[in-house]
Parts: sequence; C-alpha cells; structure tokens
Amino acid sequence: MDKPSVIDKEDLNKLIAKLNQQGYKTIGPTIRGEAIVYDRISSIEDLPEGWTDEQGPGHYRIKKRNDKALFGFNVSPHSWKQFLHPPEKKLWTAEKNGSSFKIIPEELENPKFAFIGVRSCELHAIAIQDKVFIQGPHIDSVYQINRKDLFTVAVNCGQAGGTCFCVSMQTGPKVNSEFDLALTEVLEKDKHYFVVETGSDRAQSIIENLDLRTAENQELKIAEEIIDNTAQNMGRFLDTEGIKETLFENLEHPRWEEVANRCLSCANCTMACPTCFCSTVEDVTDITGDHAERWQKWDSCFTMDFTYIHGGHVRNSTKSQYRQWMTHKLASWIDQFDSSGCVGCGRCITWCPVGIDLTEEVAAIRKSDKTKIDNI
Amino acid sequence: MAKKKPKLAVWKFASCDGCQLSLLDCEDELLALAEEIEIANFPEASRAFIKGPYDLSLVEGSITTPHDAERIHKIRRSSKFLVTIGACATAGGIQALRNFKDVNEFISIVYANPSYIDTLQKSTAIADHVRVDFELRGCPINKAQLLEVISAYLNKRKPVTPAHSVCMDCKRKGIVCVMVSKGDPCLGPVTHAGCDALCPSYNRGCFGCYGPKEIPNTSALSKEFKRLGKTNEEIKLAFRSFNGYAEPFRKESEAHEE
Ligand code: SF4
Ligand code: SF4
Ligand code: SF4
Repeated sequence: MDKPSVIDKEDLNKLIAKLNQQGYKTIGPTIRGEAIVYDRISSIEDLPEGWTDEQGPGHYRIKKRNDKALFGFNVSPHSWKQFLHPPEKKLWTAEKNGSSFKIIPEELENPKFAFIGVRSCELHAIAIQDKVFIQGPHIDSVYQINRKDLFTVAVNCGQAGGTCFCVSMQTGPKVNSEFDLALTEVLEKDKHYFVVETGSDRAQSIIENLDLRTAENQELKIAEEIIDNTAQNMGRFLDTEGIKETLFENLEHPRWEEVANRCLSCANCTMACPTCFCSTVEDVTDITGDHAERWQKWDSCFTMDFTYIHGGHVRNSTKSQYRQWMTHKLASWIDQFDSSGCVGCGRCITWCPVGIDLTEEVAAIRKSDKTKIDNI
Repeated sequence: MAKKKPKLAVWKFASCDGCQLSLLDCEDELLALAEEIEIANFPEASRAFIKGPYDLSLVEGSITTPHDAERIHKIRRSSKFLVTIGACATAGGIQALRNFKDVNEFISIVYANPSYIDTLQKSTAIADHVRVDFELRGCPINKAQLLEVISAYLNKRKPVTPAHSVCMDCKRKGIVCVMVSKGDPCLGPVTHAGCDALCPSYNRGCFGCYGPKEIPNTSALSKEFKRLGKTNEEIKLAFRSFNGYAEPFRKESEAHEE
C-alpha cells in the first residue's frame, strides 16, 4: 500500500460521513453511563473525547484525561462479538400444520458494519472467531452475514491498560493483521492528528477521496515511538513458552482448587471474552403448541447445563469448570484452531467480579509446576 | 372427539398473592390458556371451584401453621403434577425471617390475645413437606417464565428456566457490571437467573429475588463485599431477605452474625 497519510480530527468526521454514505452502519466507542461502550456513532462528537479508562482485576472506572484524545482508553466492557455473534438470536419459527409442521427460517439482513476504533487484540479476536464460524466445515450463517462487509478502522494503542497483555500473546499493540484503515493518534502541544495506514483497496479509494497529505518521516517516527512505548508498558505479562504442555501436565495441581474457592462460576469472563464462542439452543412453544421457536444464546462452560448429558453433568464443580475454561483458552485451542484462544485483551480479568487473573493463575501453576518439582 | 382439557388449580399458603397475580397479569395469553386448560380452582380469579383430582397444581406461599402443614398433603394427594411458584413456596419467603428468632416473642408483642394464635416456629418451603415436581423461583415470579412452565407442561417438554447466574443475562443484555464499574455490591453472581437482570438494567445491584443459583459461591462473594467496604451486618442483611432461608443464603448470613 501507499505511504501512510495524515488525517486530522475534522477529516475523521468526513471519513465517518463517507462510510455512512456508502451504507455502512458506523459503530464505535462512546460514553454510556459510567463506561466507554461500543455503540452507533455518527460523528466524532460521539467519541469519548478527553476520557480514559482505568482497569484492574475486578475494577473499571472512567476518568478525565488532561488532553483531548479521542482514543485515549483501552478496550470496552463488551467486545465487538456482540455485533458479529449476537448474544441472542432467533434461528427459526415453526408452525403446526395439521399433523405436520412447517419451518420458517429467519430472514437475514446484511447490517454492513463499520467498526471504528478496533484495537489490534480485537482484530485478532475477530480473526479467531472467523476461523470458528466461517472457515470450518460448519458455517454460522448469522455470523457470516454480519461479518461479510465489515469495514475496520483500527487504532494502534497509545497506552496500555492495566489488564492488557497483547505483547505476551503477540497480538498487539501495533495492528499486524487484516484491517481496512489503521490510525495512530498523535497529541503534541498544539497539534492533534492521526497517522493513517491503508490495508485494503476499498479503504484506499475512500482515503483518496479525502484528499489527505502524505505523512512526513518525522510524523511516522513519532507514531512508531508511541506504539513502542505502549508495548513497553503492558499491564500484565503471560509466559506462553510451552504453555500447552505445562497446563496439561498440571491438571491435578492444587491451584485449581484454590481458584475454585474464589471463582463464582458466574460466567462473566466467558461472556466478556471476545473469542469465547459457545452457544446453547433453546426451544420454546406457546400455550397452544401451534407455534414454536428456536433461539440461540451465548452459553458458558461455567454453567451446569453446559455438560449435562444422560446420567448427569460431566463437569459439576467450579474446579473442573475453571480448569476447562483456562486449558481450552490457552492450551487445547492450539490443537483445535492452530492458535491460542487468548488475545490478551484483559477483559476476563477486569470484568471478573472477584478479580481472578488468568496471568496470575498460570504464573502460580508454573511456580510450583508439579512435573518439574517431581523431577528434582 | 373433543380432547379432555387438563385441570389446573392454584393454591395459596402464607404469601402476598403477588405470584398468583402474575397469572392474572398474563392478560393476552389468558384466553388462550383457558382454551387449553380447565381452570378448576383459582380464587383470585373466580369463586368457581371444581373438585379434584387436578392435573397441574400451582402452589404459592409457605407453610406457617399446623393447619397448612396438613392441607398441603391433601393438595399433593389430589395433584398429578405440583409446581411451587415464588420465593415463599420455594424457600419460605420473607416471613421466614422469623426462623432466625423466637416466634413466641413476636406473638406476645404483636397480639392482644396471643392465645388465639396457632402458628409454627418456622416458615418453610413446600418441598420441606411434600414432593414437588418443579420449582419456579422469584419474588415475584416472572410471568413469562410462568407461561413457559405451563406451556412446557401442556406440550410435554422441559421448561426453559436456566439455573445459571443473573450475570449471564446481564452480560447478554450488554449491561455494564455495577460491581466492577461502580463498586456497588450485587448478588447477581450467586443468584438464579429469571428476572432478565432487572436491577442491573436500572443501574443497581441484584437483591437476590430468585434465590441461590446452581453451585453458588456465597463466601467468595461476601469476601468481595468486604473488600468493597461492607460490614458483617450489611452482608448478613444482603443474604437475609426474600430467599434468606434458602440454605446457601441462610448459611452465608449466619456466617456473618456478630
Ligand atoms: S481470555 Fe481474557 S484476556 Fe484472553 S482474550 Fe479472553 S477475555 Fe481477553
Ligand atoms: S473467573 Fe471470575 S468471571 Fe469467570 S466465572 Fe469465575 S468469578 Fe466469574
Ligand atoms: S451487575 Fe451484578 S448481575 Fe450484572 S454482571 Fe455485575 S455482578 Fe453480575
């Protein structure tokens, strides 16, 4: 692609307008209540200018910044998953017809999403869900249509959040996977601009329309320094070296029992995680029985119904549920989908009501790795 | 041949009637319901009374008197399928707060003629007295869930009333967690779903109206409440409300008695 350009705040508005003109539904970060969430936006006025978020285990607060940054925070409570893989969707309706019945499929509509302000870890999370939902033998048609025309305006993070560890997972902070546009926000004393890289032809044609100037070398250098600085200030660290073997060899480690004493099996971690993809289906009828519906809803390995089969529950303790969650995410995912199931966004740490931190759990298991100790 | 409609009876024990009223509140569906089922006993709706046996009995309220302790056995004997509805019937209700005290002391303070009062020491759930086929939680129950239970019964399927946390519904609705974002204590992580995360939707913590969820880790949540600055007394009171006598909540409140 061409050399990066420079876009200023006002031109960013033109970009959003252009996307809207082309029929895209623009979604981006905006303040709702006491959080920065992803929702419909129609101009930069909707962005959380001058706000940041403070994240820690079981802790989230928004705070005023002392500048006017538009993207001066990290990831939102609910990931982009809510749009591509909605929490609840009706799959079909059935009507009784004498002694038989007729199935009426749901009509699907392409929402033509443009996501503004997607972080690098989040692009990786979308790529992981792509693999699960549309690149395997079984296609999820709702995800497929929501994903079809997705336009991504990514943002290279200008700071790391307290629970971020994308560097450990090699998923950021610099955008390094598929995107349409990637912005780096630069705030200097009297200047506020974005260095913009183009990652696709359709993005290129939009950018050409905006009549932007080419970035100077000095500006590119500043942008690189900002990202480097973010990379050096990660909130958390996860040692991924041989992690699959370590976890599999420590399935009876006492730490699982300890974490189960703290874990609420509330499922917040799995709901907040941008890669968790499990769903359940619920069939309902009305009183007459003439009308039935099948719904798909986000499910979690932290519920008992999740493993209910004839004869009982396969995983009926919080210990086995937590162990399943973490070993799938960090170990068996590698065998199943050729990558880790974790992108280091930190949501499961921030949104766990009791602040359980998977990086800390892995470190604790490593510290007293049973196999290693036995060998001494 | 016209199919014989199953017979439905609604029974009341110690309760406020709120749960039965959820059935009356099903205005739109009530006519459809009357088409499918014969309402044989429902004093809130009609004086008509048809003798048993009944196919489906909905039982509201807790057992608080010797007379009721007998009456529930008669109802069980005349019911093929018995469903308890609401926190009173499934956990003893708010009136089970007396279980933590000596009821005779209350009687002597409240009533001019204590000798007229014939009551049990404790307010207990229906399942402590007779076999119950299905429990529908809530204070009050959610009318959509009540219709779901009746529809499932009529269509011979399992009702969809999951026993997971309120948090799952809260997250699915896209609500920002009040505990993490504001430090407000919330019982959602240990509470049975069913209300569609009503209180968090209004930006406040869950009160536990639907009672304990499956494998509730109440002590871990109490520790978090402590970290948020709550006293033992406040934690005790949080667990001791509509479902205070449901075992996991009862034990947790007792653990915080000073
Ligand atoms: S496991 Fe946690 S840190 Fe990793 S992607 Fe999921 S929510 Fe983010
Ligand atoms: S790890 Fe935290 S968020 Fe996940 S189920 Fe346990 S308590 Fe809930
Ligand atoms: S607000 Fe309450 S119910 Fe909702 S996620 Fe937080 S703890 Fe759970």
